[in-house]
Amino acid sequence: MSTFLRFRGTERYLTNEALEASVNSALALERPLLVRGEPGTGKTLLAEAIAEALPARLISWNVKSTTRAQDGLYVYDTVQRLYDSRFGDGDIRDIRRYIKLGPLGQAISAGERTVLLIDEIDKADLEFPNDLLHELDRMHFSITETGDDITAKQRPMVIITSNNEKELPDAFLRRCVFHFIDFPDREFMKRVVEVHHPGLDDGLVEQTLQAFFDLRNMRGLRKRPSTSELIDWIAVLKKAGVGSVKLDQALPFLGTLLKKEQDVVAYADRLSGGRKYRS
Amino acid sequence: MFIDFIYDLRRNKVPVGLQEAVALARALALGLHESSLEGFYFVARSILVHRESHLDAFDVAFAAHFRGIAIEAKKIHAEILEWLRNARPGQELTEEERALLKALDLEEVERLLEERLRDQKERHDGGNRWIGTGGTSPFGRAGANPGGVRLGASSGGRSAVKTADARAYQGYRSDLVLDLRQIELALRKLRAFSREGTFDELDLEGTIDRTAQNGGELEVVTRPPRRPNTRVILMMDVGGSMDPYAQTMSQLFSAAKRSTHWKELRIYYFHNCVYGAVYPTEEFRDPVKITDLVADCGPHYKLVLVGDALMAPWELLGAPSYGESEKGAAGVAWLLYLREHFERSVWLNPEPPSVWAGSTVETIGGIFPMFELTLDGLSEAIGELMRGSLRR
Repeated sequence: MSTFLRFRGTERYLTNEALEASVNSALALERPLLVRGEPGTGKTLLAEAIAEALPARLISWNVKSTTRAQDGLYVYDTVQRLYDSRFGDGDIRDIRRYIKLGPLGQAISAGERTVLLIDEIDKADLEFPNDLLHELDRMHFSITETGDDITAKQRPMVIITSNNEKELPDAFLRRCVFHFIDFPDREFMKRVVEVHHPGLDDGLVEQTLQAFFDLRNMRGLRKRPSTSELIDWIAVLKKAGVGSVKLDQALPFLGTLLKKEQDVVAYADRLSGGRKYRS
Repeated sequence: MFIDFIYDLRRNKVPVGLQEAVALARALALGLHESSLEGFYFVARSILVHRESHLDAFDVAFAAHFRGIAIEAKKIHAEILEWLRNARPGQELTEEERALLKALDLEEVERLLEERLRDQKERHDGGNRWIGTGGTSPFGRAGANPGGVRLGASSGGRSAVKTADARAYQGYRSDLVLDLRQIELALRKLRAFSREGTFDELDLEGTIDRTAQNGGELEVVTRPPRRPNTRVILMMDVGGSMDPYAQTMSQLFSAAKRSTHWKELRIYYFHNCVYGAVYPTEEFRDPVKITDLVADCGPHYKLVLVGDALMAPWELLGAPSYGESEKGAAGVAWLLYLREHFERSVWLNPEPPSVWAGSTVETIGGIFPMFELTLDGLSEAIGELMRGSLRR
């Protein structure tokens, strides 16, 4: 029936049924997987986990506000060639020396199956996803300067992450398998903590989770702490040898959880307001 | 087949089409759903839904479509299945009772069914309210209600319908709320760039071209920088019936103020309807005559009016003297005047379209393209403002 590999997560990366269904649909249909969700829910790590599970080489493309679609395929370094023509010593007649493949170009020309991560696609210009449509569909591109045509022998598995900063165009969305990563509930979070900090004292796990979800449920926080921040916080607590966290007192190493000054002030206010003392 | 489900989704405003249907068919042929309704739910969701704002609509459609079918799925709670098989024989009803029961029409029945399904958690036989067997309730099996709905049972435990019923993504619907950041992002679409001004930006491509043509002698090419070129006039209705929307209005105001990608933004206030003048402050001081404003701003300005457009007919068709408004012309005349002058204008209404009909809202909606002040409505309005060619 099916010959493709079924993704079930890895030792370090926990999944649920919904995420597995999405990943497996993307693998089977050979379509890009678009992952959205709050920051810190492990969108980028998912690509690493899939690369590890397949296994395949992971190529990352970190999109910035100035990134153009063309950069992902290849860059023709004209300035270098111009420079070489006047001052350099290389063979300037060979244009191929000045063609540098971008991440998407590398993934298509790899010859083996790769996992391509297009990270934070929403950071780029509004038109960016549209410019990628053809290449992602066909897994094929031409280098106009040399006339080379490159087609993927094995379609790369493409994973695209987005932080909801911009709406993506419909034509682009239609070609993707979509998954929205929920924020983990307490039970799932406990398993995540267990994976990252195995053998941690049960009492401390409960206390930190309680403190963490209390903070997340606090009203008026500008930036709520995320999973990665909880993991970091526990790591710091372990390093510092803190054996237990008292929920009615100021949390130690609060800076790993709250990153905005207003949030720290809001937290201090709540603590003093509720307990009738000021630090 | 799931084709009906696709149409259900479309009715629930989830944009799915042929491409999605074919992809889903392929996924099912590959056995991705592992022959369970649960698996089908997740596979269908990942293929048919493309943004989290549609997840809730998907859940609603899924729950509605598959509620009855759950019984045919493989994972059925044995006890409930047994119960439904051994349904009690129905009771005989008198003519009057039948007539009374008929009074429920289908829509009403469906609505009640939703409610009951939500409330009822256990088995129930006889009786006239709960879903069960042998009763006069409109729902259940072997019942005597002529207008009733026959149904299977929830498959118990963690069924896909239950997952869909939980409606965990209600908070992500885009047709409900506007928050500041979302407004800002929506407004960001309302931008256009043009190159104007002094030639003080290095044009790298041009420089390379010219240098190459020059046989390698450097020739620097410059160009004017790219600048935002959109000019926007925002007119907001304040006070009176607009008070409940003060929060939304102030969010829209701050988002517009913070948008840096416009060449110019003018904000004015009016009360109820635009008469001879608008005001740059909420205190209604220093009126700006509409005629002056129009003389000052060319037709390329984008005009955005925000208000509930709800007023007494004489306030729109007559010429009440609020402040220093010019006598003589009716509110509707001023609106038409603005509409005629500006190439692109929209009216944003914080009230839902369901209450627009049959009042001054309808009249004003006939003058300006009117959109609801939600994220979806705002996006549509911006689409209208950015359209290239003239409508007239």
